[in-house]
Amino acid sequence: MKANSPSVALFIPCYVDQFYPQVGIATLELLEKLGCKVTYPSGQTCCGQPLANAGYARDTVGTARHFIETFNDFDYVVCPSGSCTLHVKEHFPAIAGLEKEQEALEHKIYELIEFITDVLKIEKLEGKFPHRVGFHSSCHGQRGLHLSSGSELNQPPYNKARKLLENLAGLEWVELSRTDECCGFGGTFAVTEEALSIQMGKDRLADHREHKTEILTGGDMSCIMHLQGIATRSKQEMKFLHLAEILNQALS
Amino acid sequence: MTHPENAAEFLKDAQKSKWHDETLWFVRDKRDKVSKGIPEWEQLRELASGIKDNVLANLADYLEEFERNATKNGIIVHWAADSEEHNRLVLEILQQQNCTAVVKSKSILTEECHLNPYLEKHGVEVVDTDLGERIVQFLNQPPSHIVLPAIHLKKGEISELFHEKLHTEKGNEDPAYLTQAARVHLREKFFAAKVAITGVNFGIAETGEFVVCTNEGNADMGVHLADVHIACMGIEKILPRRKDLGVFLRLLARSATGQPITNYNSHFRSPSPGKEIHLILVDNGRTAQLAREKFRNSLKCIRCGACMNTCPIYRRSGGFSYNSTVPGPIGSILSPGLDLKKHSSLPFASTLCGSCTDVCPVKINIHEQLYEWRQEVTKTQGEFAKGLSMKLANGIFKSPLAYKISGSLMRNALKSLPNSLIYHPLNVWGKNRNLPDAPKESFQQWYRKNRS
Repeated sequence: MKANSPSVALFIPCYVDQFYPQVGIATLELLEKLGCKVTYPSGQTCCGQPLANAGYARDTVGTARHFIETFNDFDYVVCPSGSCTLHVKEHFPAIAGLEKEQEALEHKIYELIEFITDVLKIEKLEGKFPHRVGFHSSCHGQRGLHLSSGSELNQPPYNKARKLLENLAGLEWVELSRTDECCGFGGTFAVTEEALSIQMGKDRLADHREHKTEILTGGDMSCIMHLQGIATRSKQEMKFLHLAEILNQALS
Repeated sequence: MTHPENAAEFLKDAQKSKWHDETLWFVRDKRDKVSKGIPEWEQLRELASGIKDNVLANLADYLEEFERNATKNGIIVHWAADSEEHNRLVLEILQQQNCTAVVKSKSILTEECHLNPYLEKHGVEVVDTDLGERIVQFLNQPPSHIVLPAIHLKKGEISELFHEKLHTEKGNEDPAYLTQAARVHLREKFFAAKVAITGVNFGIAETGEFVVCTNEGNADMGVHLADVHIACMGIEKILPRRKDLGVFLRLLARSATGQPITNYNSHFRSPSPGKEIHLILVDNGRTAQLAREKFRNSLKCIRCGACMNTCPIYRRSGGFSYNSTVPGPIGSILSPGLDLKKHSSLPFASTLCGSCTDVCPVKINIHEQLYEWRQEVTKTQGEFAKGLSMKLANGIFKSPLAYKISGSLMRNALKSLPNSLIYHPLNVWGKNRNLPDAPKESFQQWYRKNRS
C-alpha cells in the first residue's frame, strides 16, 4: 500500500450482505490486516446484474446511477465477487451526466483477489491453513476479469487465487479433471433452466468429490451458494468457504 | 417447446446425457491439446478475426470480385435472396438435367434452406453422403450438431438402424463393419447420381475458386462422378485471397475435431470439359444480420462447432433442444435474427460463462451477443412478461431504505416460515437445492454495530 494509504470502499454484493455477512466481515478484516483503510459506504444496494442478465439492462439506470454516486469519493472499490465487479466494469448502462465518474469507477473497482495481487502487489501471504482445498473458478472472474488462465486459450497458466493459497502452510491444492467448467448458477439461469443448472452443479461437485476436496472455495459466493445448496440437499459432506474467509482465517 | 423444456427432457436419461457430455468434452479436450501445439494459436485467431472483419466491411465488393473471377473460370453463378429462391434454383438445374436422384455432401446451408424436403416433394431422391448425415437422414432427423451430425446416437442405435435399412447383422456394433456397409450402400448412389450438391467452406474472391472441406472425401466422390456440380454457399463465406486459406484451414480442423488438418480440402476452380459447375450465393437473412451492428460479427462463423463442444449447456441438453438448424451458442445468436419469437428462449440457454467466445477460432464475442439478444427479446415481450420481482428490483436497488427493509423482511421470512412454505413448488430454486441459512443480521447491520 502507498504511504498515504488510499481510501478503499468495500462493495458487498446484495446477496452477500443478506445471506453471507461472514464473507463481508472476512473481506473487511483481511483488507485491514493488509494495511488498508477500509470504509463501507452504507447507502449501497446492488449492482443490478440480476436484472441486466435477465434482459432488462435498460431498467438498471437508477441502480447504476446510485452505485456510481455512492462510490465516487474513494480511491478504490473492492468487492468479494468477480461477477459483480465485472458487471460494474462492463455492463453498466451509460449514465448521462456522470460519464467521467463512470469511467473512473471502471478503472478503480477491483475484485478482492486481484486487488491484493495487482494493487497491493502482495505475492505471498504468510499464514497457515492445513486443509485440502478445491478451487471453483467463477466464469466471470476467470474469463471476464482474467483472474486465472482459461483452459480454452493458448497462454501460460496462472491463477491469482492459487498463488495466494498455495503459500499457506499445510494447504493442499486439489487438481480437478475440468479445471474451469461452469457450475451452472448463471443468475436467473438457475431458475429458468433449473434442470440443467442442477446437473451442471452436480457434475462440478462430483469432480471435487472424486479428487477429495475437503473445503470448496472460490471468489464468488453465488456459485458457492448454488453448489452448497445442491450438496446440502443431497447430504454430501463438504465444507464451503469464500476465499476471503480462508485468507482471513489463515492470517489470524 | 422451449429450450428449458427440451433440456429437462434430455436430462431424464441420465446415463445418455452423461455420455453425451463426456463424448463432446473429449472432442473439446482434443481441440485444446492440438491447439496448444501451435505457439502462434492466439495470433492465428486474431488474424482470422481481422480477415473476416475486413470481409464483412467490404462484402459487396468481394462478392462481385468473386463472381467476376468465378464466371471467368467457367463457373455459372446464381444469386438467391432467400431459401425459397435457393431451392427453386437447385430444382431448375436438376430439371434441366432430367435428374431425379442427387447425392449431397454435408451442407448446413441446405439444411437451413430445408432443401431435402423441398426436392423430395418435387420427386427428387436426395442422398446425404456424409456418414453421420446419412444416419440421421435414415431416421428422418435433422443433424444434432453441425460437424458431428449423429453425435446424439450411440453405436448400438446405429447398428440397429443399419440392420433395418442396410440389412447388416443384428447386434453387430463393430464400427468398421458398419462403416463398410454404409460405403457399399453409398457407392451405388454415387454411381447413379448425375448431379452432386456440396456446400462451400471458403470462396476465394481473388481467384474465383471455392474450397470444400470433408473428412470422408464424399464431396469429391460425388462431384467427380457427376456431370453437374451444384455448390451452395452463404455469402459470408468469402475470403479475399488464396493465401488467407493458410490461416483458416489451420484453425478449422483443429477447432472442429482436434485434427491437425481436414482429410480433404478440395479446391474447385473450373468445370472439367463437358461438365458444369453451378454456384448459388445465398443471402437468406445474412444482409439483415450484417445491418445489426451488435450482431454483425456472428457472420464471421466458419461452422467449426467448437462452441458446441465446449458449451456446458449444449453438452448436457443435446443439439435438438435448440430447435434450430444451427444449435449451440453460435446458433443462439444467429437464429434470433431469423425468427426472434420462435427462438426467444435460446439467448437464455446460457450461463454467460464465456467459454464459447474463448474457443471461437474467429473470436466472435458469442456470450456478449447472447447478453445483447436478451435485451432485444425482452423488448418484444413488453412489460407484461416481466416478473413482478424484476419490476420491484430496480425500485429497491436504487433506494437504500427500500433495500434495507426488503432485505430484512426476506431474511426474517426465511427464518420464521416453515420449510413446506419455503420449498413451495413455485420456488424453483428450492426444488433440488437448499437455500442458505438466513443469518440473524445482514453485513450492513453488523457493520453499523461494530464499526461505526
